[in-house]
Amino acid sequence: MYVAVKGGERAIANAHALLADVRRGDRSVPEISPAQIDEQLGLAVDRVMSEGSLHDREIAALAIKQARGDLIEAIFLVRAYRTTMPRFGFAEPLDTGAMAVRRRVSATYKDLPGGQVLGPTFDYTHRLIDFSLREGGEPAPAPTAPADVEAATPRVTDIIAGDDLIERNAASAPGAPVADVTRDPTAFPASRDARLQTLARGDEGFLLGLAYSTQRGYGRNHPFVGEIRFGDVDVEIFVEDLGFAVPLGTLAMTECQMVNQFKGGDGEPARFTRGYGLVFGQSERKAMAMALVDRALRADEFAEERKGPAQDEEFVLSHSDNVQATGFVEHLKLPHYVDFQAELALLRELRREHAAASAKPRAEAAE
Amino acid sequence: MSARPYNFAYLDEQTKRMIRRAILKAIAIPGYQVPFASREMPMPYGWGTGGVQVTAAIIGPSDVLKVIDQGADDTTNAVSIRAFFAKTADVATTTDTTRATIIQTRHRVPETPLTADQILVYQVPIPEPLRFLEPRETETRTMHALAEYGVMHVKLYEDIARHGHIATTYAYPARVADRYIMDPSPIPKFDNPKLDDCPALQLFGAGREKRIYAIPPHTRVVSLDFDDHPFERTKFDAACEFCGSGDSFLDEVVIDDKGGRMFVCSDTDYCQKRQAAMKKDAAE
Repeated sequence: MYVAVKGGERAIANAHALLADVRRGDRSVPEISPAQIDEQLGLAVDRVMSEGSLHDREIAALAIKQARGDLIEAIFLVRAYRTTMPRFGFAEPLDTGAMAVRRRVSATYKDLPGGQVLGPTFDYTHRLIDFSLREGGEPAPAPTAPADVEAATPRVTDIIAGDDLIERNAASAPGAPVADVTRDPTAFPASRDARLQTLARGDEGFLLGLAYSTQRGYGRNHPFVGEIRFGDVDVEIFVEDLGFAVPLGTLAMTECQMVNQFKGGDGEPARFTRGYGLVFGQSERKAMAMALVDRALRADEFAEERKGPAQDEEFVLSHSDNVQATGFVEHLKLPHYVDFQAELALLRELRREHAAASAKPRAEAAE
Repeated sequence: MSARPYNFAYLDEQTKRMIRRAILKAIAIPGYQVPFASREMPMPYGWGTGGVQVTAAIIGPSDVLKVIDQGADDTTNAVSIRAFFAKTADVATTTDTTRATIIQTRHRVPETPLTADQILVYQVPIPEPLRFLEPRETETRTMHALAEYGVMHVKLYEDIARHGHIATTYAYPARVADRYIMDPSPIPKFDNPKLDDCPALQLFGAGREKRIYAIPPHTRVVSLDFDDHPFERTKFDAACEFCGSGDSFLDEVVIDDKGGRMFVCSDTDYCQKRQAAMKKDAAE
């Protein structure tokens, strides 16, 4: 009899043992360590930290190992770990303008204070498989430029704002409560902080597709990359007892500031508008997608007609979380035979009635 | 496992308090979906995280927990959730419906009538009964606030016009305490009558959708219907192959590749008890 899906206690234990075995793979191949993942698959670690909403390289690397490289599974592990962590306060707003920049590019100015810094990037590489990596070996040391520690790298949007050509950011409100989408259920319309948080932990692929759709006419917003910067930012927390903010450490972050089509009227001079992206680690694709989608979601603010899915807040925010999405899609694997049985019963009844009804006129015709 | 790296029943006490507040509000407003700050749980969304959070918030060391999925105690996900609480809360577990103080369920209400000492916790995938008629939360919340349920009746009417029947066989909508329309979770409509005037407290947890709702004991729960098309329980032409029950919900089991079928009780505890009673009778 078909009992495989029932009676699962031993089956589950055995499946877990098999999973552990398969995760390890061929024992003659050296086992990978979390440190290796962190150092050599660092961009995977960055993504898991971003979408896992937890800046902890060690945990993220361990999760990737445990998840056999399935990044959404790793993100899920990190989330379930993070949710049990105590929360002892909110950091002061990060000053990304003071970032120790490792990479910084602007598409709006050829040169600018602080310069264009390419940094470690795939841009301009030829995507040819490098067969020499098969053997391994140490790459030649990268050339360095003399670090000009005094050189400031002001944010491009601040430079544009200096001429009053871009919308002003809302004035900061020190002490104002900060949304926390992991502690409050999302309500619509969402505040911008809740929205940005949701996008920051949203699935890279989902946001990438939505961002792409805005470029293809589904809510076009004429973007320019004002600036992408990647580097280290200090985190500070205000300590009540001390009366001042103390540094906690640094975070590696990528920030993208999009400069979008201008708006004006109603007594206001025309100005560019903004879309914003900020994520852990070096995750440029995600930061750019986030900035495009953020701008698209601000349609109401600029009295734009909402025509594309990327402009639909409920649609975007309700479906961007890959842990939620993967859970619900994959739950279809769970048994549904009770519901299916109920459907079968109705379907058979409908077919019986249909057969009876179609038999009747034939019988009448025969008479 | 006795050395616990996590709190009793996994969730921290602050979180449990938050969930309990949501539960109390849900009980105070029967059928109303209370938003709550659902946590990420160590099992996937859609696999019972809402039910698990509700159970974690109400379970105590003296509770006896039963977990069923599709009516059965031994389906893999039920086994997994039961093991989770055995591990994190070290509570007694049972498959005996009458012995349990808390029963967490997916897709079924036990056949054995529940008592006032029991709490039934449902795992809910989509708590919003209007969701498939109106995808927007902003709209559906307003519709509930105004008790504007016309679309639901139109949908049921269209079913009748098209099929001659209301074509909803599970997650069949019901009106709670003459006010809110609720989704009873994807239980077969066969189980809907058990919700009405039930002596046990019924709690519904939707983790991904971050909603909790409740049916307090002895609350009126009416499955939606029309005067000329009254609600009908699914009837089976067969009886259980094992225990002969003719009034329980049956699973259809395919026994060969020639169209052979047999029907067995979906509620394994109910079925085993009846089988045991039959054996006892035969022995006497």
